[in-house]
Amino acid sequence: MEKVITRNWGKPGSATIDGAIANGGYKAAEKAVKELDSKTIIETVKASGLRGRGGAGFPTGLKWSFVPQDTGKPIYLCVNADESEPGTFKDRFIMENDPHMLVEGVIIASKALNCHHAFIYIRGEFFQQTKIVKQAVKEAYAKGFLGKGIFGSDYELKVTVHNGFGAYICGEETGLINSLEGKKGQPRIKPPFPAVSGLYNCPTVVNNVESLCAVPWIINNGADAYKKTGTEKSPGTKLFSVSGHVNRPGVYEIPLGLPLTTFINDPAWAGGIWKGRKLKACIPGGSSVPVLTAPQCEGVNLDYESLAAAGTMLGSGGMIVMDETTDMVHMLKILAHFYAHESCGQCTPCRTGTHWAYEVMSRIDAGEGRMEDLDLLIRIADGMAGQTICVLADALAMPIKSFVPKFRAEFEAKIKRKAA
Amino acid sequence: MSDALFSDETLRQMKSAIEEYPSRASAILPVLQLAQKEKGWISPETIRFASELVGVPESRVVECVTFYTMFNQQPVGKYEINVCTNISCALVGGEEIYGHFCKKLGLKNNETTKDGLFTVRHVECLASCGSGPMALVNDEYIEHLTTEKVDQLIEEWRRKG
Repeated sequence: MEKVITRNWGKPGSATIDGAIANGGYKAAEKAVKELDSKTIIETVKASGLRGRGGAGFPTGLKWSFVPQDTGKPIYLCVNADESEPGTFKDRFIMENDPHMLVEGVIIASKALNCHHAFIYIRGEFFQQTKIVKQAVKEAYAKGFLGKGIFGSDYELKVTVHNGFGAYICGEETGLINSLEGKKGQPRIKPPFPAVSGLYNCPTVVNNVESLCAVPWIINNGADAYKKTGTEKSPGTKLFSVSGHVNRPGVYEIPLGLPLTTFINDPAWAGGIWKGRKLKACIPGGSSVPVLTAPQCEGVNLDYESLAAAGTMLGSGGMIVMDETTDMVHMLKILAHFYAHESCGQCTPCRTGTHWAYEVMSRIDAGEGRMEDLDLLIRIADGMAGQTICVLADALAMPIKSFVPKFRAEFEAKIKRKAA
Repeated sequence: MSDALFSDETLRQMKSAIEEYPSRASAILPVLQLAQKEKGWISPETIRFASELVGVPESRVVECVTFYTMFNQQPVGKYEINVCTNISCALVGGEEIYGHFCKKLGLKNNETTKDGLFTVRHVECLASCGSGPMALVNDEYIEHLTTEKVDQLIEEWRRKG
């Protein structure tokens, strides 16, 4: 498999602009700016089958094609670098190892969209990564790759690096837009979709870091070359960040469609379950997607369709692996706390549902639960899912509705232990 | 508006941040971040200052200060220790590390030592899931923590003062 995103990681100076240029960086941006028109870039990305790597998996080229070009308003590109989904740390590695690949992706996407001001929204906790990206942007301006007349053309692009400051919900695209406008990062009701009315009520595209970083390779090598890796409906490569009870936690680029158990056990990737233990459960795509039991992991491939068929999602590729000693009740309590803490409070089913679920989980975990709490948790989850402006409520409903039935005996045992 | 509230350099950076956006209101977060970097927390005076500088009502600034959890609404210690206790860190001992920090410093969540040196908090995921247990201390990630490493760090920070 030819690496698309991680090909320069570990090479000397790869985070500097001279290192990036030496590694072939900015060739695709120059080509896009000087030789390609907007339609050609969008059609190429569409033909590649690239899907958004932030979680939803929406086709990137299609998203770009929704932007109206005739409104007379400016068009904005927002890069979603607000990486906050538990288990997910891939965009952080991209920004640390190859920030110029991101800047190059921003230039190409902006040209495709006819955008002249792009924003890179980085979570506030990423102090060091922000420094790295700001330096990369500064270097790109100095080389004439950003600003006025880039690459000697008449195209102009301004890039602003913006920090969030501790709010998971700003990773939701309309929450991010509100935050960029200097408001609470509360998601907006859709429609209107950002493509039509986003930042400052202008046409806006929000793309994940990893999605944009795949674009230079696609422009350099063509859509067909990109489709040679992966599966028919999930082409290309994907970064998976793996954490928890494995021997080699970290970020790995894999061909989409790789068997899940191969990824967990292969010495080249996660390297097997730590301490010689057995696999108990795996959350394949970030904390909000349904958990799989060890038997359910068998025969599942890491692509959008295969994981959906297994009743879960590829999400952000933030894989959390749990060994046979894991207390699943306690883990669900931790997740319930997270979503209760991060609910923006705008929608009642989410605001009260996440907190209610956390309270119920707390008493079960403390050994003070009642058997009827298990059905209550499912009812709370049912009352949350699909009932709110954004999917944060679903992001807790899905873990509840997978953890409780799949590990029900463990929940019951904790309740019975106190009763006994 | 009292420009004397902040140093010339911070003021320059605040004004430069405003220039980055088509709307002044977009600069609320960067202005407050620069204010917190200099003062350590967001006081009522800072809220008034930011609202005038950016040109929005104070209530709008307060909304942001209370919504974004990294803004300190009261003075904090010189070392702000934010320990991740979310799922990936918890799987490898994050909760024990948080408990150890609290025990060693005699603090509960979000409390500050009387000498003003340390504030401890448990925080949600910091995207360091593969290198837990970890903590964000001021602006640096400290990863692969053990109780021994925590003891050494506290000793070192006390020595530095």
